[in-house]
Amino acid sequence: MIEWWVDALVGLMMLWLAWQALTSADLLRAVAMFVTFGLLVAIAWIRLGAPDVAIAEAAIGAGLTGALLLITIRRMEDQRNSGSLEKRRAKAD
Amino acid sequence: MPKLIKRCLPVLVGAGAVALGALIAAAWVRTQENGGAMTRAVLEALPDSGVSNPVTAVLLNFRGFDTLLEVAVLMLTLIAVWALDLRLPRTEALPPSPVFSSLLRFSGPLLVVIAGYLLWVGASEPGGAFQAGAVLAGGCLLLRLAGRWNPGARFVRWAVSVGLLVFLLTAIAMPVLTGGLLQYPPASAGMWILLIETAATVSIAAILAALFVAREPEGPRR
Repeated sequence: MIEWWVDALVGLMMLWLAWQALTSADLLRAVAMFVTFGLLVAIAWIRLGAPDVAIAEAAIGAGLTGALLLITIRRMEDQRNSGSLEKRRAKAD
Repeated sequence: MPKLIKRCLPVLVGAGAVALGALIAAAWVRTQENGGAMTRAVLEALPDSGVSNPVTAVLLNFRGFDTLLEVAVLMLTLIAVWALDLRLPRTEALPPSPVFSSLLRFSGPLLVVIAGYLLWVGASEPGGAFQAGAVLAGGCLLLRLAGRWNPGARFVRWAVSVGLLVFLLTAIAMPVLTGGLLQYPPASAGMWILLIETAATVSIAAILAALFVAREPEGPRR
């Protein structure tokens, strides 16, 4: 009995988090939602009996992709301050 | 016209998502009709695979060629990012903080041990090269963010390519030893799989961490 409503809750929260990650205007908030979504996907994989995929999802989907997205946001801000790619290339050459 | 495209885009993306969902559902229905014939085939051949985890057996033995190509694709992705030459500033190191450095002192060695455990346990339980590599890459990123690790160009290049190199050398050696492409001798299959997975773990970790840095290491080009 307990399993049924836990699965339903995880499924509904995944849908809600996916929606939040896609529609959030604040990019930092969207990334936080995405990482949380990835962790719930990992739980879903465990519930589906695929622990191999769950570990990969938690490590790559939630962890590393989250880190990549965060550093991208930071570099976008840096770029806004230091000029475009063409300018940086011209300066370095 | 761009306005029309903008208005149609959500509909197109939605239609694409529904089509993909239908495809996955159809694939699932087909495997159900199959009555688990593939599962039975894998479990029957498992004793000859050298490992007891069916997922590792499929990835590294029965469908080893697919995994070889996967490692190659990962490496190509990194080469493409290096070739883009984004000239990113070196800003990834965080300002020094006592909280971060004591976290690093605990978690750095722990992540290495977890990665080694995942690699080793992959033969019999859930785990394997991709999971171990991802955890190790996380450790590399922490060191990188602390500004404590700046490996040389030669080291990075070897680490990135050793997985594919070992895999390819195995693929070349196997036709001589057993007569089949990536068909290991059953007696030593476990050792071959562990060898490939160890090299692949190093490469996957190096590639994922290098994607985060997104800049070709400076150093001698050979």
